Amino acid sequence: MSQKLLLSAKEIDIILHRLACQLIENHTHFKDTVLIGVQPRGTFLADRIKQILEKEYQVTDIKLGYLDITFYRDDFRRGEKPLEANKTHIDFVVEDKRVVFIDDVLYTGRSIRAALTAVQSFGRPQEIELLTLIDRRFSRHLPIQPNYRGRQVDAINQEKVKVHWTENEGEDAVYLVSG
Amino acid sequence: MSELSVDHLLGIKYLNEKDIHLIFETADHFKEVINRPIKKVPSLRDITIANLFFENSTRTRLSFELAEKRLSADVINFSAASSSVKKGETLIDTVNNILSMKVDMVIMRHPNPGAGVFLSKHVDASIINAGDGAHEHPTQALLDSFSIRERLGEVGGKKIVIVGDILHSRVALSNIFALTLQGAEVKVCGPKTLIPKYIEKLGVQVETDLKKALAWCDVANMLRVQNERMEISYFPSTREYTQQFGVNKKLLDSLDKEIVIMHPGPINRGVEITSDVADSNQAIILDQVQNGVAVRMAVIYLLASKIKR
Repeated sequence: MSQKLLLSAKEIDIILHRLACQLIENHTHFKDTVLIGVQPRGTFLADRIKQILEKEYQVTDIKLGYLDITFYRDDFRRGEKPLEANKTHIDFVVEDKRVVFIDDVLYTGRSIRAALTAVQSFGRPQEIELLTLIDRRFSRHLPIQPNYRGRQVDAINQEKVKVHWTENEGEDAVYLVSG
Repeated sequence: MSELSVDHLLGIKYLNEKDIHLIFETADHFKEVINRPIKKVPSLRDITIANLFFENSTRTRLSFELAEKRLSADVINFSAASSSVKKGETLIDTVNNILSMKVDMVIMRHPNPGAGVFLSKHVDASIINAGDGAHEHPTQALLDSFSIRERLGEVGGKKIVIVGDILHSRVALSNIFALTLQGAEVKVCGPKTLIPKYIEKLGVQVETDLKKALAWCDVANMLRVQNERMEISYFPSTREYTQQFGVNKKLLDSLDKEIVIMHPGPINRGVEITSDVADSNQAIILDQVQNGVAVRMAVIYLLASKIKR
């Protein structure tokens, strides 16, 4: 197994600031906007984005939730391993809100399809956007594209893109793992 | 996430401690789901479940049906009173006929102990026992433990007394298996005539003085006196039973701590429990009912994930 560094901590930091600024450009005061981190890996990115918006751009009262998509996935009883559920934590209504889904890697698009179904349990949003750190090009199974993308990556199906976060893996880095 | 060690839920005695924890962790997620504005997930949309009730039930049948529907399964209901069982059809024939309509899972309540085990050996579907005679009622015991865990943080190390008709109670037996498996201390309390001989072999103690039992415990699970299962008199009168084994406010106030009161329902108000206790904050009877749906969703979901496509 070999791994190649795609993004360093410094590069990730620059990208996160850019993504935060792009969000401000479209959502200004975040009055009707809610951020939703897609479980399990999107929550780290969502926390970071919220932190940057609050501390460095003085945006206050940002609503952030976590959405688990396990029970909405389309591969129940199809995989070798049982699906592992995570916590959903959404303590606000999404009815008429501008929702921004946040996930670390956009690959086949199936997770986001599941998230689109799952979020309907909490109301009918005005619109839904997608922010993703890594967009794996040419690997989509569904017509889903990000509105905000950190970095576009060309990887073949046998390769994996792994995003590490300081709070979980001890470092900020993105690797391309093959073999 | 690991998976259940069993393909059917026939009784708590076939489960291990890991299974119980897995069911509770999954039920936590479903409890969150059923408190959403839209209380439904699409996981089981390609699964068909038959609810076979050969014995009366309100709560359990509704709870299972709701759990199945919240998971988006297709559901068919069957009750013995209005079926061909009355015409002499055997259990296996009845079930195989239903399964030939492409049913994946069977939830069954039956008056004969072991009916679920018997069925699991003869038909090709996942079976959940919703009560078999005086044998086991596993989902009730799971939701009872889940409710204790919710109120007290954990089940292990807690002291639980099961009060009442232990002899005829499948809830008592399943609870004894579930609680001891999780490391709780269990006592049973009731008239000697309603406590089976050798019950100590299951790792529980017998106490015939209700006040002593209540003073000892953290949780009291009050069982219903099952008149329909009693062919002879096991105690002189209902009044005498209530005096010796009924819980009332005065008795609870005389204890030096606040214990948790549970009841699997249906309640005989004024017999095993008075209304002021049943409706008090100490009682978690309605929490048990709500948790029943989440726990049954978890059991159905986990067993369904093992059904081959």
